[in-house]
Amino acid sequence: MLGGGETSGRNVWIAVGSTVLFFGILAIVVVRSPGWPEIKQQFFNGQEFKESFPLILRKFVRNIFIFCVAEVFVLLFALVLAVLRSLPGPVFTPLRILSAAYTDLFRGLPTILVILLLGFGAPALNLQGVPVSPYFWAIVALTLVYSAYVAEVYRAGIQSIHPSQVASARSLGLTRWQSMRFVILPQAVRRVIPPLLNDFIGLQKDSALIFFLGLVEGLGEANIISSGDFNFTPYVALSVIYIAITIPQARFVDRLIARDQRRRQAGGDL
Amino acid sequence: MTESVRIEGLHKSFGELEVLKGIDLVVDSHEVVCLIGASGSGKSTLLRCIDLLEPIDAGRIVIDGLDITSRGVDQNAVRRRVGIVFQAFNLFPHMTVLRNVALAPMRVLKRSQENADERARHLLERFGLVDKADEFPDRLSGGQQQRVAIARALAMDPDVMLLDEVTSALDPVLVAEVLDAIRELADQGMTMVIATHEMGFASDVARRVAFLHEGRILEDGPPERIFREPAEPETRAFLDRIIAAGRM
Repeated sequence: MLGGGETSGRNVWIAVGSTVLFFGILAIVVVRSPGWPEIKQQFFNGQEFKESFPLILRKFVRNIFIFCVAEVFVLLFALVLAVLRSLPGPVFTPLRILSAAYTDLFRGLPTILVILLLGFGAPALNLQGVPVSPYFWAIVALTLVYSAYVAEVYRAGIQSIHPSQVASARSLGLTRWQSMRFVILPQAVRRVIPPLLNDFIGLQKDSALIFFLGLVEGLGEANIISSGDFNFTPYVALSVIYIAITIPQARFVDRLIARDQRRRQAGGDL
Repeated sequence: MTESVRIEGLHKSFGELEVLKGIDLVVDSHEVVCLIGASGSGKSTLLRCIDLLEPIDAGRIVIDGLDITSRGVDQNAVRRRVGIVFQAFNLFPHMTVLRNVALAPMRVLKRSQENADERARHLLERFGLVDKADEFPDRLSGGQQQRVAIARALAMDPDVMLLDEVTSALDPVLVAEVLDAIRELADQGMTMVIATHEMGFASDVARRVAFLHEGRILEDGPPERIFREPAEPETRAFLDRIIAAGRM
């Protein structure tokens, strides 16, 4: 904290004042615009909101199921990809190439295309044992795409660990794998939790894309209500749900980072 | 006296740069040998080669009769028997002091956690660190961290200890506590190869001092001879610079 109590107290008031002023002016400009009554009726209809919100929320449970399951698989699969790509030595070149190619491919494809290709393509094969459930293929598609991103996040974390850590692990007789498992990965994963959660927020939002497989989830339900009532408020209701689940996660990450910094700084100047 | 480490014709290059140009050195069991020489003379690289942290280009290294540089040698088994302590401590920052020391005995020697922890506490006690067992390394002073690093290497019961300028990163006031720890090891008969700039310490603790110059051992012998009447003009010049810098 810089400055005395009085200065910081005054700064808080300046901050509050300028915030109120800024958003007040913005609100006035929007509300006094010529199209506002129409917008209010179409997008911010209180009655419509009240009726559609619980219906959408009920279907949003499907999104939650899909992204939670996908996140578990992404955590594991991406870690495998990242570790494969970080293996040293010429013997592992094919594995490194494979992992790199995978990452390039799935980072290059729009998520919606992967979802459509798998969701409509795979069941159409009519192969025995191939699931036809859109849930299954939605989870597979999101896992495939987001593993590519998260693998890169893990890999950045692995590479950020100084080589001297490996040297000192190996010097104690730990194998390559043990060094990775006990020394590199625990440090790397801790460092990448914030960007990792960032990608998970992206994944949660992209769960809305399963709408295109005809599965009635949050967006599907909002779409049905909206076209029935000729009103866009259900979309706003769905937006509120998305915001309500993502913002707490962002705050949670902030707290993790702050806690880690406190632990590191305590007594660090000995 | 039995031989602990024998190095013959060791060559090591990093790309175009030849760092070690044919090193021959024999270290007996329970002997302490200090490597002295300017920065870049190859001291660290030599130690890293002995612990197989760097592949060598030519020559051989024999530890207790086993040629560790021959093909088919279990490198992990070799590293288990050779302890190394680095200039920058290199403790594992995500583990407590106790876990740092007990990790390798548990994972490599497959000791039970109970057994490994008990031995780790014992080692920490020996170096006056037992009250720091549950702290994270970041909370310790440099001298304390370096003593933990020594304890961590000792936890594997190594046959040889390699110390790579272990006091160079420390505040002058913290150097003594680390040197005392090493002196205690020497008194107990640990075989050690120590790269150091602490000439007073070297002449005190070492039975032999080897002077490295541009990747070769120019001369080696008892500290009193090397320090008082060096045979080579390069050794003399190096020692004069050390004295001018007030480190001897």
